[in-house]
Amino acid sequence: MTDTQAVPRATLKKMYAAMLRIRRFEEKVARLISLNEIICPCHLYIGQEAVAAGVCANLRQDDWVFSTHRSHGHYIAKGGGLKGLMAELYGKADGCSGGYGGSMHLAAPEIGLPGSSAIVAGTVPLAAGAALAFSLQKKDSVAVAFFGDGAVDEGVWYETLNFASLKKLPVIFICENNLYSTHMPLSACLADTAIAKKAAAFGMPGVCIDGNNAFEVYNTTQKAVADARRGKGPALIECLTYRWLGHVGPNDDLDKGLRGKKEVRAWMRKDPVNRLETELLKQRVISPDYKDKLAREIDAEIAAAYAFAQAAPYPDVKQAVGRVFK
Amino acid sequence: MMRTLSYAQAIREALEQMLREDEKVFLIGQGVTSPWYVGATTTGLVDRFGSERVIDTPVSESGITGMAVGAALAGMRPVLVHPRLDFMYYAMDQLANHAANWHYMFGGQLSVPLTVWGIINRGGEQAAQHSQALQAVFMHLPGLKVVMPSTPYDAKGLLIAAIKDDNPVVFIDDRWLYDLSGEVPEEIYNVPLGKGIVRKRGADITIVSISYMATEALAAAAILTKRHIGAEVIDLRSLKPLDEAIILKSVKKTGRLIVADGGWKTGGIGAEIVSRVAEKAMIYLKAPPRRVALPDTPAPASRVLEECYYPKARDIVAAAAAIMQEGQ
Ligand SMILES: Cc1ncc(C[n+]2csc(CCOP(=O)(O)OP(=O)(O)O)c2C)c(N)n1
Repeated sequence: MTDTQAVPRATLKKMYAAMLRIRRFEEKVARLISLNEIICPCHLYIGQEAVAAGVCANLRQDDWVFSTHRSHGHYIAKGGGLKGLMAELYGKADGCSGGYGGSMHLAAPEIGLPGSSAIVAGTVPLAAGAALAFSLQKKDSVAVAFFGDGAVDEGVWYETLNFASLKKLPVIFICENNLYSTHMPLSACLADTAIAKKAAAFGMPGVCIDGNNAFEVYNTTQKAVADARRGKGPALIECLTYRWLGHVGPNDDLDKGLRGKKEVRAWMRKDPVNRLETELLKQRVISPDYKDKLAREIDAEIAAAYAFAQAAPYPDVKQAVGRVFK
Repeated sequence: MMRTLSYAQAIREALEQMLREDEKVFLIGQGVTSPWYVGATTTGLVDRFGSERVIDTPVSESGITGMAVGAALAGMRPVLVHPRLDFMYYAMDQLANHAANWHYMFGGQLSVPLTVWGIINRGGEQAAQHSQALQAVFMHLPGLKVVMPSTPYDAKGLLIAAIKDDNPVVFIDDRWLYDLSGEVPEEIYNVPLGKGIVRKRGADITIVSISYMATEALAAAAILTKRHIGAEVIDLRSLKPLDEAIILKSVKKTGRLIVADGGWKTGGIGAEIVSRVAEKAMIYLKAPPRRVALPDTPAPASRVLEECYYPKARDIVAAAAAIMQEGQ
């Protein structure tokens, strides 16, 4: 871990809190799925927390992030409330999408999350489009597209990177390379697995970083965001990371033989939350007391979100066929 | 005694037998070697036929569809799977502009013997992007055939017929049918493309249904029987070509029509069938026809909304009761 000095202490704390909030929330959601309380399919984010937190710690509320099927981490890191998220997973009316979207379709425009799409690569052009709008509107906002390595298989990804670079749009492409696309390892999907290098084909900067190192994610994104705000165009940041659980749901899929126990264990040793925590303790950015207090606060917040979601009403069934148009 | 197979097993058997019988056949698409993606429909096929003929692909629907079209032009008979119909929107250009037009556009010199197999996978709070039944989209395009089997027997027979057909055929199945079991012959057989079937005879009202809605129509017919209403249930099996004769014949007998479809109402299969009946058998109708279909709304996530979103037997029964009253 390097370069912590450059990062303001408040930002470090904020990043750590976001990661812990994602981790604890996801652990709770995993238990609730196992109990059949949540039935909506959830793609859990545990293991990848440093990416969402490191990127979003650089963003303002008027910067937009576009998310994917694996959306909870992005929502939380951008500042979304846990009540609205939990209620959405329960299909309740007070959910952030009113119970219409579920886990894969979260939106909270007020925090700069216009939505997540379950179509692989589906939001990559949307982010570039938002960036186009920001530049037409002479705003200095940036747009971020979060996507998995799977999105790099899709044609629309290449079309978007080309156009974004051609027009120097203020958009940051964040690839969360967790080495798998459902059951397929990266090497079975891409002829050349060096995703960051593909940026060169579009005349765009591209870097590959340790996605489990929150500082590195923060610092790399900071530069890209600053450049984009100054009209220098887009960048591609490939964050190497790993999802601890299976593609969807709370199980690890080890029984399916899709990946090895050794591999999972090795990545768990690179736990991004633990890593940041250890570093912040060492550098005395946080104290053990602070850490315990924060964990208690987050757990209380999660408990409140859980109670809220359980008590919340279901959507009005008469509205099932409504709301198609404004 | 014939064997009983599940709908999913019947599909698997059709694939296995066609891969064995015809070396021009190959299977390509997302999830063909996955433990969960396409249910039990491709289990073990890669072990038997190798990864050259059972090809799992990256998430590249547009490109892979185009490559399947190209392979078909070059003499192969690809079976291309899209494990969720929703993802086929990425494949639309290759299907609509290329596969569907090729034979006609070049004066009949070439054809595209391609089977595009798309799976409907709704329910379970998956919401709007994992729940779509897009049969009407494909049915609209000249140059594509569209089939939707509702029984294990038809699943096997129609898939084989699709593979043997010299044209692009969109074969759509429904995960809600995968556990349904029924008698399936062991040998290779065809269920002809473009031929519907009467699943139950009745004199009072015709219910034209497809795919999963055929099972709901039969359930509705059983309820209607108890109320002394004789429903004739037609399972269309093919949306294109459409078996107009079987519909007209039944409507001329019953004078009443319901179309039960799992797709959206506007511009859907029901709209087409009601129009054809209006064009050719209007004078036989004793009451206005009705459509039981999805409301013109994307699929919601919450289970309480899903519950009233998807049409069921009770909706067909209600439509039948209303028609019987109007026709008095
Ligand atoms: C267009 C499209 N094709 C296929 C799918 C099915 N699918 C859902 S997630 C996924 C894998 C995505 O992998 P990646 O982008 O690496 O994200 P990860 O799940 O690893 O976070 C696939 C293929 C989809 N949702 N959309």
